Amino acid sequence: MPRGHHDLGGTPGGGPIDRSEHQLEDWEILADAVNQALGAKGIRRTDELRRIREEMDAEHYRSMSYYERWIASAETILIEKKILTREEIDRKVAEFEKRWGNP
Amino acid sequence: MKEAVGKYRPGDRVRVRMEDRPGHIRTPFYIRGKTGWVERVHGEFLNPESLAYGRDGLPKRPLYLIGFHQAEVWGEYSASGRDKLYVDIYEHWLNPA
Repeated sequence: MPRGHHDLGGTPGGGPIDRSEHQLEDWEILADAVNQALGAKGIRRTDELRRIREEMDAEHYRSMSYYERWIASAETILIEKKILTREEIDRKVAEFEKRWGNP
Repeated sequence: MKEAVGKYRPGDRVRVRMEDRPGHIRTPFYIRGKTGWVERVHGEFLNPESLAYGRDGLPKRPLYLIGFHQAEVWGEYSASGRDKLYVDIYEHWLNPA
């Protein structure tokens, strides 16, 4: 394992950095809020979420945007700590999709 | 007077360990094996390599701000030879150089 999929510093061909300001979507702000709440409740540490994102399948990791990764790692930590089960999360997501439609 | 933290002092030459192992680590790949100097001693912090797995992070580890010459880090670096790069690195990732 020479280099993790998250550890891109100095990788050639990255191109210039997009420094333009961009508006956050509502769901991204919500993802941040949930993440902060989990921290305040002592459920997760930043290092744990980083480790979870590093352990993801590399292709899966690359397919997600920044806040999608945050949500995915929050789900994993809740399952790891036996607060929610995968089935409970999937059931709730299915409910939301039924109510609001699949995005 | 505050007790000194860690075994390195500002100005000491250090080499980042060329270690490659699984698990959560905070030392970026591109800086491993590079030689620099201690710019500042940040203090002692819980070990993220332990916190990442839900453990207590003890014992605390000294953390340093390490300076590098850009030309030393990147094989082909054509900008100013005075350009520097600073990275936070824990003591257990450093050897004397």
